[in-house]
Amino acid sequence: MSKALLYDATMCIGCKQCESGCAQQNNLPYDDKVAAESVQSAHKYTVVMTKDDKFMRRLCMHCEKPACASVCPVGAFHKTKEGPVVYDVWKCIGCRYCMVACVFGQPKYEWQSLNPRVRKCIMCPDLIAAGKQTACAAICPTGATKFGERDDLISEAKDRIRQSPSTYLPRIYGLNEVGGTSVFILSSVNAEEYGYPASAKIGDTPMPEYTGRVMDRIPDFIPVWTLALGGIYWISHRRDEVAAAEAEERKQNGSGK
Amino acid sequence: MKIKLTFWKVVFIVIMALGLYSSFIRYFRGLGAVSNMTDQFPWGLWIGFDCLCGVMLAAGGFCMVGAVYLFNVERLHSVVRPAVLTAFLGYILFIVGLLYDLGRPWYIWHQLIYMNPHSVMFEVGMCVMTYTTVLFFEFLPNVFERFNLQTPIRLIKKIYPVLIVLGILLSTLHQSSLGSLYLIMPSKLHPFWYTPALPFFFFASAVAVGLAMTIFESTQSAKAFGRHLELSVLVTLGGALLVALWVNALLRFEDYFRRGLIRQIFKPSYEAYFLWLELTLTFVIPITMLSFKKVRLSPQWLYLASICTVLGFITNRLNIALIGFETYVGHHYIPKWTEFSITLMIIAMGFALFGLAVKYLPIFPEARHPVQPRLRTETAPVLATPVLGHAGD
Repeated sequence: MSKALLYDATMCIGCKQCESGCAQQNNLPYDDKVAAESVQSAHKYTVVMTKDDKFMRRLCMHCEKPACASVCPVGAFHKTKEGPVVYDVWKCIGCRYCMVACVFGQPKYEWQSLNPRVRKCIMCPDLIAAGKQTACAAICPTGATKFGERDDLISEAKDRIRQSPSTYLPRIYGLNEVGGTSVFILSSVNAEEYGYPASAKIGDTPMPEYTGRVMDRIPDFIPVWTLALGGIYWISHRRDEVAAAEAEERKQNGSGK
Repeated sequence: MKIKLTFWKVVFIVIMALGLYSSFIRYFRGLGAVSNMTDQFPWGLWIGFDCLCGVMLAAGGFCMVGAVYLFNVERLHSVVRPAVLTAFLGYILFIVGLLYDLGRPWYIWHQLIYMNPHSVMFEVGMCVMTYTTVLFFEFLPNVFERFNLQTPIRLIKKIYPVLIVLGILLSTLHQSSLGSLYLIMPSKLHPFWYTPALPFFFFASAVAVGLAMTIFESTQSAKAFGRHLELSVLVTLGGALLVALWVNALLRFEDYFRRGLIRQIFKPSYEAYFLWLELTLTFVIPITMLSFKKVRLSPQWLYLASICTVLGFITNRLNIALIGFETYVGHHYIPKWTEFSITLMIIAMGFALFGLAVKYLPIFPEARHPVQPRLRTETAPVLATPVLGHAGD
């Protein structure tokens, strides 16, 4: 029952309706000036980029195994069972580990604020809970951004590639990257040209596994190392005790004779 | 002498004034106004220096406690107290630095209630919190002795074995975990510094720096406070430092060899220049110096070798935290002057507090073996600020 988004760059006309819909849903300012900004920021969760006559959209990928959720010391991020990776601002202490850990560079920060929050696309969890689709998908005039069941969207994307192999690159960006995401991209040009990290570089391993390999060993490491340290302490001090006791004994024997 | 004294006091006051101004900017204008950190560079100088280097520079505490109480190396006894003091101050200042860097420092206690055991940051936070408490108890006897309170001293002595084992356990965990923080960024951090062995390197470098810092701070305080310093202590530490540096160097080059980077690290590139600087300061110079018996037996040379080592490993950690990300990000990060001034203020506070503690607490033992050759402090080349000598005047 996990939901997802499918963005088909070949159907996108670059109208930026998704940007304005997103801003409205999240109470963000949106005017011509913001529309002209070609990078994501704390006040722009999603952006439609133009290169030659082709378009590409960027937004949080809502990873199946999100790095942001695994690194956050206070668990301010979590993946809901419906698919969105959401942020609980009241927990956040502002360490910004999520920002350095995210391979897609999605979490942005309110650098000018005195009580700053991390900002990113949260996939309209309220709308999804109410059985609706996300603001960007609802507003999209061409269906380039489509909301639906994750499994359904994967098979639909595969169908589209099969039906017109000349239009699409033969891959779905987001299907396997960092263990799979909840946002899929179909395009005729490599997503990497628009700033997406190269699939080969980020790999298919879920990011939390990189630190998990070490963190999983800690519960075993603590008792073993404690025992080892205690043992060393005992041995090195036992030597002193024995030496002292022997000296005492010798003294007594000496005085006894 | 009087002019010099005033000079360093002026320097101290200027640093503190600039630091206070920057603190005002930090808390009343925000992180964006006080720093050059951006969405692309969310971790800057404060994480790189105040946190990564700060914790490393405080490693002398657990190294000396381990050597003296765990392995019973009795002759190092005289440096345990200054090393524990440095560590205690270092961790307090690390936390102060964190209060500047965190976006919402007033929620720092959330760590205790919204725990995420999968997070390396959570583990580091918990370890640092607990270890600072342990260091506080290890430091307390100084205060009790000062006021001649025998009962609490006896109580602390009873739990000392627990403090020692706990302190070393926690240090092992968080010193290495600082390296684990970066394990989740394989596609961002430059391959010269990203390696699955990062936690091992962070621990190994902490031990080397712990030894070097102990040489540095005991020589420095001998000079600044006119204390006795036994040559045998420095010679032991110098020998251990040489071994630690060799272990570090072998681990590093084994890692480069295993990952097939040997050829690449010798090819000129932006990252390579910084790597060369780092490797020269951490390994080439100090290992060469310490290989000579003359250096290992001379307080002045040991002092210089330890400074070189410390600078080298600081370069190493700044490379990991800052330089290693520049290619990924695509532009340079140069800290704003206000970022530098806050870091400087924290360092100055460290020197001042150390000076105050040494002045009022029995940190340095009275010369117990007056027959031992005394360090000729007059000739020791002292580079670092003598502010600590005059703190509290």
